[in-house]
Amino acid sequence: METINIIKIILEEGAKYAILAMGVYLTYSILDFPDLSVDGTMPLGAIVSAVLIEQGFHPILSIIAAMIAGGIAGCITGLLHVKLKIRPLLCGILVFTALLSINLIIAKAGTGGQSIVSVFGEETIFTGRIASLIPESVGGVTIRKLIILFIIMIIVKILIDLYLKTKNGMLLQATGANEQFVIMLAKDPGKMKILGLSIGNALAALSGAIIAQANETANTTMGTGMVVFGLSSVIIGLTLFRKVNFMRATTMVILGTMIYKACLQIAVSLGLPSDYNKLLMVILFIIALVLSGKIGRKGGNDNAQA
Amino acid sequence: MLRLENINKTFNAGTIDECKIFDDFSLNIEKGEFVSVIGSNGSGKTTMLNIICGSMMIDSGNIVFDGKNITKLSEYKRAKYMGRVFQSPGMGTCPNLTILENMSLADNKNKPFGLARGVNKKRVDYYRSLVEECGIGLENRMNVPVGSLSGGQRQALALVIANMANIDFLVLDEHTAALDPKSSQLVMQLTDKFVKKSNITTRMVTHNLRFAVEYGSRLIMMHEGKCIVDIKGDEKKNCNVDDLLRKFNEISIEKGN
Repeated sequence: METINIIKIILEEGAKYAILAMGVYLTYSILDFPDLSVDGTMPLGAIVSAVLIEQGFHPILSIIAAMIAGGIAGCITGLLHVKLKIRPLLCGILVFTALLSINLIIAKAGTGGQSIVSVFGEETIFTGRIASLIPESVGGVTIRKLIILFIIMIIVKILIDLYLKTKNGMLLQATGANEQFVIMLAKDPGKMKILGLSIGNALAALSGAIIAQANETANTTMGTGMVVFGLSSVIIGLTLFRKVNFMRATTMVILGTMIYKACLQIAVSLGLPSDYNKLLMVILFIIALVLSGKIGRKGGNDNAQA
Repeated sequence: MLRLENINKTFNAGTIDECKIFDDFSLNIEKGEFVSVIGSNGSGKTTMLNIICGSMMIDSGNIVFDGKNITKLSEYKRAKYMGRVFQSPGMGTCPNLTILENMSLADNKNKPFGLARGVNKKRVDYYRSLVEECGIGLENRMNVPVGSLSGGQRQALALVIANMANIDFLVLDEHTAALDPKSSQLVMQLTDKFVKKSNITTRMVTHNLRFAVEYGSRLIMMHEGKCIVDIKGDEKKNCNVDDLLRKFNEISIEKGN
C-alpha cells in the first residue's frame, strides 16, 4: 500500500509539473532561449487561478486567465530581448523579479492582504461536475485527481506535438536552430521568439494554475527553483531517451519529469528532511548536465562524410 | 534592377580603428546579369553584399531595388525579393528539420505561416524532382535531418531552397569557399544551371578566379572600396585567370606588400 501511494504521488506530481517542463522544452530546447522568467510565471498562474476561484469564477475560466497572464509575462520577456536587445538571461531575471511584486500584489488584492491564497473547499477542476464523472477511487486508492491530471497533461502534449508539425511550429523550430534561415524566409525571427516565449510561459502558468487547484492553495514563493526543475526534467528526458527513435520529444520530457520527481520522492521517503529539497534539485540538475554531456559526446559525430 | 547610389560606410567611426570602406560608392546591376565579384580580403566585396541584403545598414546613400528605395528596409523584409546562399553550409538550411521540412518551409516563403500542416504531402514529388536535379541522391533522403548531410550536400540543398521561392535577386556569399574541390565544382555547376534556367539576377562573391572567369556575364574586381575592374560581354569572355592574377599582383605591389 505504501509503495502504491508513493507511485501515485510521483505520477501526480510528475503530471502537474510535466506541463511546466514542456513549456521549458519549448523555450530552452526549441527556441534555444534560457528563460528564467518561469520561476515567476508558474506562481503567477497559480495565484491568478486561485484568486479568481476564490472570487467565485469558474475554475476552467481561471485557468484560461492564468494562461493569458503567463503568456503576457513571457511576451514581455521576449520584447525585452528582441526590442531592447537585452541578453536572454537578464530578460528572464528582470521579468521574474518584477513578478515577485506583481504576484504579491495580485495575492493581496484577492485575499485582502495575504500572500497565501487558499481555495480549500471551493470548486476546482478536481471537484467540479465534470470531475465527478470519473470514479473517485479504485480498490481503495483515490485516483480521480491522478486521472484528471493525466488527461490535461496528455492534451497539452498532443497540442504541442500538433503545433510543432504546423507551418508556424516548424518556423519556431527554425528560429531556434538557425535565425538566418528564418530571415531568408522573409519572416521576423524576433516575432517568433516572442511567440515562443509567450507559449512557454503560458504553459508554466497553466502548470501553476493546476498545481494551485490540486493543492488547494497558492503562494508567492512556490515558483522558487522551477527553472532548475524544468531544465533538469528536459535534459534528463532528452538525454536518456535520445536513442529511442519513435519517441517524441514531448514524451521524453514527460518521462524525464517523472524520473526527476521519483528521485525527489524516493529521497523524501528515505527520510531526507524537506529542507534539503532545493539542494537535492541542484545536485540532480548537475548530474543530468554531466550525463547529457557524456552521452552526447559518445553519440559522436552527427555529420556524415561526403 | 539594383542601384547602389553614393554609398558611404565607415566601421568603428570615431575610434583609432576607424576604417572607411565605401566613400561615395555607386554601382548598377542590370536585370538578368550574373555578376561575379572578386577582390582581396578587406576590399569591401562582402560588405557590399551585406549592405545589399540589409544585414548591415549604411551611413548615407541610397539602395534602390526594382525602382523601390530599400535603404531603410530591414533584412527580413528585403528577403522577400532576395535569396541568399552563405559561405557556411549550415546557414542556408535548418539542421534539425528534415530535407522535406526545410523545403516545405522554403516553399511557403512570402505566404502566411499559420497553423496549416507544415508538410504538404501533395508537393513531395515536386520537392523530390527539385533535389533530383542536383544529382547527388538527396531525393532518397527526404526524411533525413539536414544536420546529418555533408557540407556539399547541404550547400546544394541551400541553393535549391534559395531558388524555390519566386525571388528576383540571388546573392551568393562565397558559397563554394568552404567545400572540397569536387563539391565546390558541383555546387558551382548547379548554380550556373539554376541561374540560366530562371534567368535570375545574381551577384556572386568568390575567391575562386577560375569560377569568376568561367561563369557569369559580368566580372568586378574590388580594391579598397572601389571597382578597379568591371567588365562584361566580349571583354569578359576574352579575359582569363592570368590577366586577373596580374591585376591582383599590381594592387599588392602598389600597397607595398
